[in-house]
Amino acid sequence: MNTIADISKPRLAAKARLKWDAVREKHLLLFPEGVLVLNKTAHDVLALCDGQRTVAKIINALATQYAIEANAINADVKEILQKLSQKTFVTLDD
Amino acid sequence: METPRPFSLLCELTYRCPLQCPYCSNPLDFARYKHELETAEWQRVLTEAVALGVVQANFSGGEPLLRADVPEIIRHARELGLYTNLSTGGTLLTEKLARELRAAGLDSLQVSIQDADAENSDCMAGGAPSFEKKIRAARLVKKTGFSLTLNVVLQRQNIGRIEAIISMAEELGAERLELANTQFNGWALKNRAALLPSRAQVEHAAVVARAASERLKGRMEILYVLPDYFEQFPKACLHGWGRVFLTVAADGAVLPCQTAREIRGLRFENVRERSLEKIWFESETFCKFRGTDWLPEPCQSCPRKEIDFGGCRCQAFLLAGDATVTDPACSLAPKHHLITEALAEAGTNEKLIFRTAVESLQVS
Repeated sequence: MNTIADISKPRLAAKARLKWDAVREKHLLLFPEGVLVLNKTAHDVLALCDGQRTVAKIINALATQYAIEANAINADVKEILQKLSQKTFVTLDD
Repeated sequence: METPRPFSLLCELTYRCPLQCPYCSNPLDFARYKHELETAEWQRVLTEAVALGVVQANFSGGEPLLRADVPEIIRHARELGLYTNLSTGGTLLTEKLARELRAAGLDSLQVSIQDADAENSDCMAGGAPSFEKKIRAARLVKKTGFSLTLNVVLQRQNIGRIEAIISMAEELGAERLELANTQFNGWALKNRAALLPSRAQVEHAAVVARAASERLKGRMEILYVLPDYFEQFPKACLHGWGRVFLTVAADGAVLPCQTAREIRGLRFENVRERSLEKIWFESETFCKFRGTDWLPEPCQSCPRKEIDFGGCRCQAFLLAGDATVTDPACSLAPKHHLITEALAEAGTNEKLIFRTAVESLQVS
């Protein structure tokens, strides 16, 4: 899997969970024996990975949320999804 | 520098276990500890842990499923918002219990298997038949909707079967495979001559693991941890003493790591006496090796000191007799010859001392 397709429907893996860490005031991704501290973009992407929304839809939703053009975040979102799917935190259903 | 708060808590619910693996990370004198924490005490520990900053609770033992209150404890952890993981030997997992754990909100369930076939696996677990039950447990984990992590401790006797072990994990549909080369603390140290692999064995296994990891990318995560006897520099043990992890043992002792009890002369405070927060920040034992100020030479002047913190304190104590010295696993350690000598002895003894209560009570 080298490129993320616009029509893919990313889903947060069953083993992983998003959490707001009130003590540290950070967004976290929790998984077996590990914790990932998420930057805002990564968290926002993951929050939209429900297996229903396509990648294209996620990009558009974030573009609206950030009040910017979809082109401006297209590459970043796909890179985030690529990394997360390689670590098996996100599955990419077609 | 401000002391960081821990992310992860290991709860050793009991030291009791139906199996007798000769590399167990429980202390050699585990059988001396009675008065396990009760349900309400564990619940309080979890509540304190969350306030301290812990986001993840790992449950293990001994065999945690020997405790009837596991679902109740998990439920409490889940209500607190903790990510929960339970590691079991698998022999006590029934369909009913698996469903109870799921209903209680357990996030992840790990099953340990000793080898790729019944004969070898049963032998390494102490002799009684356990392999079939473990396979059944692994299938139950998947059937119940959990993600399956398989834990396989690699040592001299099974490292040659790493391909078969990986195939087994694939066949079971594991999402994650931990190939953990055994650390030589406690029981494993007693059995080191029989358990320590050769450099050739370890290097071959690393190649196999890397190739499988690439092939299975996105399907099964493979974690291969090289034993530090074969590395030039030690690992940062648990990312550093008192930085990310803490353990509460079956009797309530609070430890920076699960094997720290082996270090003579350290006093471990107990959750029955003091809050987790106070112990983490203020106890003598947690403060003693935290950070880098305490480091001896050559660590103090070493560019790696913030990377590995001088290595493992347990290993320094067990091999060099002194928890304050550089981990002998480091090639720069004054006592590094202890590792070289151990490597020369590897494979010279096949006899294993299994982890039994009788053996444990005989230990001074």
